[in-house]
Amino acid sequence: MAVMNIREAILRTLHDEMERDGDILVLGEDVVGGNGTAGGPEAIGGIWGTTGGLWEKFGPNRVIDTPISESAIIGAAAGAALAGKRPVAELMFADFVGVSLDQLWNQMAKFRYMFGGKTRCPAVVRMVYGAGMQTAAQHSQSVYALLTAMPGLKVVLPTTPADAKGLLTEALRGDDPVMFFEHKALYGVKGEVPDGDYRIPFGQARMVREGGDVTVVACGRMVNFAEKAADKLVADGIGVDLIDLRTTSPLDEDAILDSVEQTGRLVVVDESPPRCSLAADIAALVATRAFTSLKAPPEMITGPHAPIPFSRVLERAWLPSPQTIEGAIRRTLAFR
Amino acid sequence: MLQLGHDQLLGAYRRMSTIRAFEERLHDEIKTGEIGGFTHLYAGQEAVAVGICDQLTVDDKIVSTHRGHGHCIAKGCDVKGMMLEIYGKADGLCKGRAGSMHIADLEVGMLGANGIVGGGAPQAVGAALAAKMDGKGRVGIAFSGDGACNQGTTFEAMNLAVVTKAPAIFVFENNHYSEHTGVDYAVGTAKDIASRAEAFGMKVWRANGCDFFDTFEQFRDLLAYVRAGNGPAAIELDTERFYGHFEGDPQRYRGSGELDRIREERDCLKAFRKVVTDAALLTDAEMDAIDDEVRILIDEAVAQARAGADPDPATVADDVYAEYY
Ligand SMILES: Cc1ncc(C[n+]2csc(CCOP(=O)(O)OP(=O)(O)O)c2C)c(N)n1
Ligand SMILES: [Mg+2]
Repeated sequence: MAVMNIREAILRTLHDEMERDGDILVLGEDVVGGNGTAGGPEAIGGIWGTTGGLWEKFGPNRVIDTPISESAIIGAAAGAALAGKRPVAELMFADFVGVSLDQLWNQMAKFRYMFGGKTRCPAVVRMVYGAGMQTAAQHSQSVYALLTAMPGLKVVLPTTPADAKGLLTEALRGDDPVMFFEHKALYGVKGEVPDGDYRIPFGQARMVREGGDVTVVACGRMVNFAEKAADKLVADGIGVDLIDLRTTSPLDEDAILDSVEQTGRLVVVDESPPRCSLAADIAALVATRAFTSLKAPPEMITGPHAPIPFSRVLERAWLPSPQTIEGAIRRTLAFR
Repeated sequence: MLQLGHDQLLGAYRRMSTIRAFEERLHDEIKTGEIGGFTHLYAGQEAVAVGICDQLTVDDKIVSTHRGHGHCIAKGCDVKGMMLEIYGKADGLCKGRAGSMHIADLEVGMLGANGIVGGGAPQAVGAALAAKMDGKGRVGIAFSGDGACNQGTTFEAMNLAVVTKAPAIFVFENNHYSEHTGVDYAVGTAKDIASRAEAFGMKVWRANGCDFFDTFEQFRDLLAYVRAGNGPAAIELDTERFYGHFEGDPQRYRGSGELDRIREERDCLKAFRKVVTDAALLTDAEMDAIDDEVRILIDEAVAQARAGADPDPATVADDVYAEYY
């Protein structure tokens, strides 16, 4: 076990997997950084520090700086995957999915199905998401619900360095397109990471803690917020089952349903607007499949039906918080 | 030599000086931690924004980029309203929702800075088509960087403008970098973006974007051509950015001494001063007085912005729609 942060876990996993599998290539904007400048390639080594040194080690055929052309980046990844390679495309911000959506939505996601199951499309799209750093309406969004809704895509959101390694390794060894979400506020989160080959199968949630009184389902940074809320409730003797989904497609339905069958109470926390959200999806799952277990209406803690504002106070008002989660947990427990 | 009147010259100097002072001050203020998010400074490129916007009317529309402060100031946005916005305050031009990256002021024809590189060019064509419907000789202008010219949206916008004969103008500000990548790497038609526009069927101009007078004159010809109903046109400006891509950029991609050299040799404000004093059109004293006034304006803007009230958190979901039931 080594201790590192999520950023390092991703870089090391990319490095180790590229060493293991010569078919893996990385492409994106400034993933090398410095190409065509006096400083030269690797002058920057990636905006997020997740790709530094890869160019030096694996060369320009496997580590490719692209122009600002997200549609072509994702389309090229789709094509390289069809041609037998394992591309890892980086979207500097998940919001840029908007620029490249056709290549994800109508192309990459559907190849295998449309072609009668005759092809694989093992492309990984790494994208940086999340609010909380005042990056405003076009650089803060959590678009995982949109991509979770698309049959053919797998959607992954690590919250710990160990999960980052295990899930990225799994993505790079699998044969389907994987949308890999990295929260910009979680890159510095430290933790122990298992050595050697470490894979986490998709569709297996992580039980962060078991408390038995209420089920809290979250993903991404909201897991940390929910933990803070759960910590505060311990003093009042309230125990939380906290489920970190880790992947939203496939979804670990059993983990959610099993817990709700015990607790009878559900709070879902989702860093996105409420409509057609992951929160709504999970509330619907529980309402339709665990109705008789429920002792209170499911609580959805999400942002409002609005874009993410710039101002610090407005952004804070937009985001779920440990306090709003705590409030929801208390409400659901008070329901009679 | 250019035939600009005394007041026009002083006005141009004032706007360039305002942009420079605004950006230099932000560069310092950001270190206090009071300004969040991403801030991309326009210092070094002032002659482009001012050389172009000084020839527009309030009814001509511009669409800007993530590096938008200069376009805003040149087009006539209120400097104090901008500063309040960058501080995220309630009285900011966009009520604190935009920050640096999305400032807009529709009243002066500034349709918005844009956080999506390449997001703006199609919108400028739309503004141009609207102008064409109105038939009053107005234009729609897209400011784009050398990086943005690689987006499909920019290509599509250029072709759409050509086939519809829209009075659209594509302004390519080539500052040699898109983030940390050099233009020679990222743009296949290396060192030349205008030739791309040409290939789409447009008439193109090229100018030294660190020279206000060259920029002004080339754009004057271009503007006359587009206003006359000849369809779209493009101009490429060779310019420099004096700071990092965003505030906080370590700029390790720069050559040694590069920043000192461009500040020495390619400073559009210095060059302007030399031309107008050599030709005895303006005096140093006149321009120094403007610099002093600008400094006071920026001081006041920062003080007001720091003291400004935060938006009311209860308004977080206001203004999403014009009406919604
Ligand atoms: C669609 C999209 N892709 C990538 C980015 C990240 N990004 C912001 S500015 C920038 C570079 C833009 O370069 P250029 O167009 O030359 O403008 P400059 O920064 O030089 O003014 C990049 C890659 C973005 N904001 N939007
Ligand atoms: Mg540039």
